[in-house]
Formats: sequence, structure tokens, C-alpha cells
Amino acid sequence: MKRITDLVTAGHLLVADGAWGTMLQAAGLKGGECPELWNATHPDEVLAIAKSYVDAGANLIETNSFGGNRFKLAHYGLADRTVELNRAAAQISRNAAGDDHFVMGSIGPSGKLLLMEEVTPEGLYEAFAEQAVALEAGGADALVIETMSDLEEALLAVKAAKENTRCEVLCTMTFEKTGEDSYHTIMGISPADMVAALGQAGVDVLGTNCGNGIQEMAGIVREIRKADPLVPILVQANAGIPVYQKGKTVFPDTPETMASAVEALVLAGAHIVGGCCGTNPGHIRRIARVVESINERKKAGEWN
Amino acid sequence: MEHLLEQIAHCIEFGKVNQASPYPPEMKGQPGADEWTLTALQQGFSPEDILQHGFIRGMDRVGEKFAAHQIFVPQMLLSAKAMTTAMRHLQPFFQSGEAKKRGTFVIGTVAGDLHEIGKNLAGMMIAGNGWDVIDLGKDVKTERFAETVRQHPGCAVGLSALLTTTMENMADTVNALKREFPMLKILIGGAPVNAAFCTEIGADFYAANPQTAVQYLKEISVGWSK
Repeated sequence: MKRITDLVTAGHLLVADGAWGTMLQAAGLKGGECPELWNATHPDEVLAIAKSYVDAGANLIETNSFGGNRFKLAHYGLADRTVELNRAAAQISRNAAGDDHFVMGSIGPSGKLLLMEEVTPEGLYEAFAEQAVALEAGGADALVIETMSDLEEALLAVKAAKENTRCEVLCTMTFEKTGEDSYHTIMGISPADMVAALGQAGVDVLGTNCGNGIQEMAGIVREIRKADPLVPILVQANAGIPVYQKGKTVFPDTPETMASAVEALVLAGAHIVGGCCGTNPGHIRRIARVVESINERKKAGEWN
Repeated sequence: MEHLLEQIAHCIEFGKVNQASPYPPEMKGQPGADEWTLTALQQGFSPEDILQHGFIRGMDRVGEKFAAHQIFVPQMLLSAKAMTTAMRHLQPFFQSGEAKKRGTFVIGTVAGDLHEIGKNLAGMMIAGNGWDVIDLGKDVKTERFAETVRQHPGCAVGLSALLTTTMENMADTVNALKREFPMLKILIGGAPVNAAFCTEIGADFYAANPQTAVQYLKEISVGWSK
């Protein structure tokens, strides 16, 4: 199979999948349960989520391993099963993806702060390397280091992934609007800071995820694009800011709302568009339709 | 004399913990909040004056700059560390009853959520404003909150959530706590929550940032002069 970066640099737009956490909850995962343990205890339910995104038209399928680093698993007494649970996560998504879709192993933040000396850089690097290697062993083509806010942690994760696997490495950080055309993570990192540090570390794709909905994302993409004219960009937005209605958390952005923002994202410089919290296969299906139409227009020379 | 308390406020504002600390670089080698607080006590300043005109003044500035996106979590953590370190010198006076705290504040991240950076920041800011903070940590079940409130009548409670998937657990906790303690004041905070959610689940105050939590607690704390 081709590489993600080969496809996007050839001008082809791709679709990534949507949320896992909210989908697992809908499948019965309870608050306080470890989502990654489901790779061992409920593999069929996890497989069904992966398959639903394949069916919806996503080219890149993530894995149920966002909180699968040993620090987060330790909270559930599962640190010893880090390798097993990550490998299983990748195997399940590989199963759903077959040979013509990419599997992106999900790597989330450690939950530890380097600045407060809760963890050493070496400890963090080793934990990310352990997770990355296990995801590759389970069949991941790529690794997506996501929802990062601390640049040093993101950098360690990118290095751990690049130096210990043959996977393509994608990295997204979560920015909030901090002024006119100004975006920062909670740790004070701007899109330009991210590009400078992670680009140097050899990351293959950069981007942004989670956040305050897809409408905010074009501005962030423009900032990334300004800092690097070429780097492939991935965007995975939430389905808006969640509201609470009648005892349920509801994400306001419909598939139509999200799909209507895709062209602006692509114009701003995005190559891969998917979803984050609150999105489901319905959102991805509509996004995929827009992406497909842009790809067709590109082929026909009718797109910019 | 006032100058000494301003030194403490300044060190807290810029995260200068003690003389040995390398942060911030432009204050290298200078005394930090730690040393200035000791000096202030030796010179006869009351613990309450040091708290009010040193710690709280410094933390207020930090909170305002954070709310205005002029500084971010790392700077705030350093300020909180400076404050916490200096606070150790005042602790004996609070323990002996010679100086009074504003009250007790119980804080924790709700069940199912393992994120605590925001909760820790809020807790440190509130402690810096003269509250006894009981930090229950992360993934805190409702019963644990209830038990703690029973042990500390008159306390206020802060609930934090980062995940959109744990907002419902926050609602459940608020519901259960309000049923058992109708007068209890509950603050909520965290990335996915907002004022509308706060009203919807029956909590008392949505803190968009630690500073607004501090302001709200100031308004509701009674019997605390100065």
C-alpha cells in the first residue's frame, strides 16, 4: 500500500475517522471503566466501531488506544498489560481496515507534567516507544499522536515513534482561540511553535484536533500553513461544543454542519479531515462525500 | 515595609520559588517567595497580612493574566509552586488558630476522568487565596465527595471534568450532593463545561478559569474580614 504522505502530496485528500470514546459509551462502556481494556474484553464491540468508520468512507481508521500509555493504564492497575492492549487495539482496527485502508495507532497524552517533574523525559520517551512498538506489532501503518498540549511531550512522543517504528507519524495538538488570529494550547504553544519543533523531529503530518468545533479549525490550519507551506495537515474536529440536554451530553454540530465546513478547511490547507469527540459514522459519511467531490473536481482540473 | 509584601507578590506573580530556582532567568540569584516570606515573618508582619498583601495579591495578578491569555499553564504552575512553597511558613499559624483560613474547599476530578491539570491549578489558586484545600485527586466517585463533605460541614466543593464523556458523571455527582446537602455550594470547571451546563445540572457556579472561582468563593465566604 502507498503511504499517507505519498497520497496527499500527490494532491489526494483523505478522510479520517471520528470519535471512539463517545462511540464506546454508546456501546455500553461505563464511566470509570478502562476503554482500552475493551480491546481484550469486548473485541467485537470495538471491531464494530472500526468497521462502522470503514463503511462510512474513512480512509484512515484509528485504534482504541488513546489512553493506552502505561501511566494512564496504571490508574486501572493495567500497566503490565500495556503491550497486550495496544497490540490488540491495532489488530482489531487492522481487521476492520483490510488492506486498502490505513490503520493509525492512537497515542494520547501521558497525563503527566514534565514541568512539575511528575515524570522524566526518559520515562516519557520509553512509555511512548513501548506503546508505538506494540501498535506497529498489531498492524498499524501509522501512528497519530493526538490531543497534545505540551510541546516537549509531543516532541518526545514523535521521536519515540520515529526512532522505534517504521510507521508514518502524525501529530495533532489542541488549540484554543486566544485572540484575533491567535491560537494556543493550554500550555501556551502556538501552531507555529508546533511546526518548528515537530517538523525538525521529522513528523510526517501535523494538525489539530478536538477543540471547539470545526468552524474554528480553518484559522488554525492557516497558521500551520503559514509556518510551513508544504507539511500535510490533518484536522479532526469535535462536533461542536457539547451541551447537556435532559440528562444527556449532546454535540450540536450535525453531519451537515460539519460537512459544510470542509471546503474552507481544504482551502486553508488541510489534506485529511475527520472527527473527534461527538462525531460518529454519520458525520464521517457526509465529510467523505464532500472530500470525494473535491477529489473529483481536482482530477477534472476544476478545483483552484 | 509595604515593599516586602510587594516582593512576595512579585515573586509569586513571576514564579520565583526560592533563591536556588533558575526561573525566571532574569531573577536568577535573587531571593524568592520562600525567603521573602521568612523575612516578612521575622520582621513581624502578621500571617494574615502576608497572605492578603503578598500571596493573594500575587495570585490575583497571575489569575488575571491567565484569564486574558497573557500567560499559560506553565507560568501558572510556577507561580503556584512559589506560593505553595512560601505557604509552608504560614502553616503553623493556621494550625495553631493564630491565623484563620477562609474556609474549606474540597476539589476533585469526577468519576471516569483522569485529567487533573486544570483541577490542580484551580486548587492551588484557591489555596493561595487562603482556603484549606482538600484535593481528592482524579476519578473521584460521588460517595467519596459526599463522605468528605460530611466531615467538613460548611465547606464548598469544586468538580472538574476534561472529557466530554464524563460530563454526565459530573451531573450525577452534583445531583447526589445537592440531595444530601441542599445548602452546599458547588463550583464546576473544565474544558467541555459551560455556564448553561452548570445551570442545567443544578451546580452553583461555572468557573471559566481559576480566577473566577476565586472571585466567587470570595463572595460567598462569610466571616472573613480583610
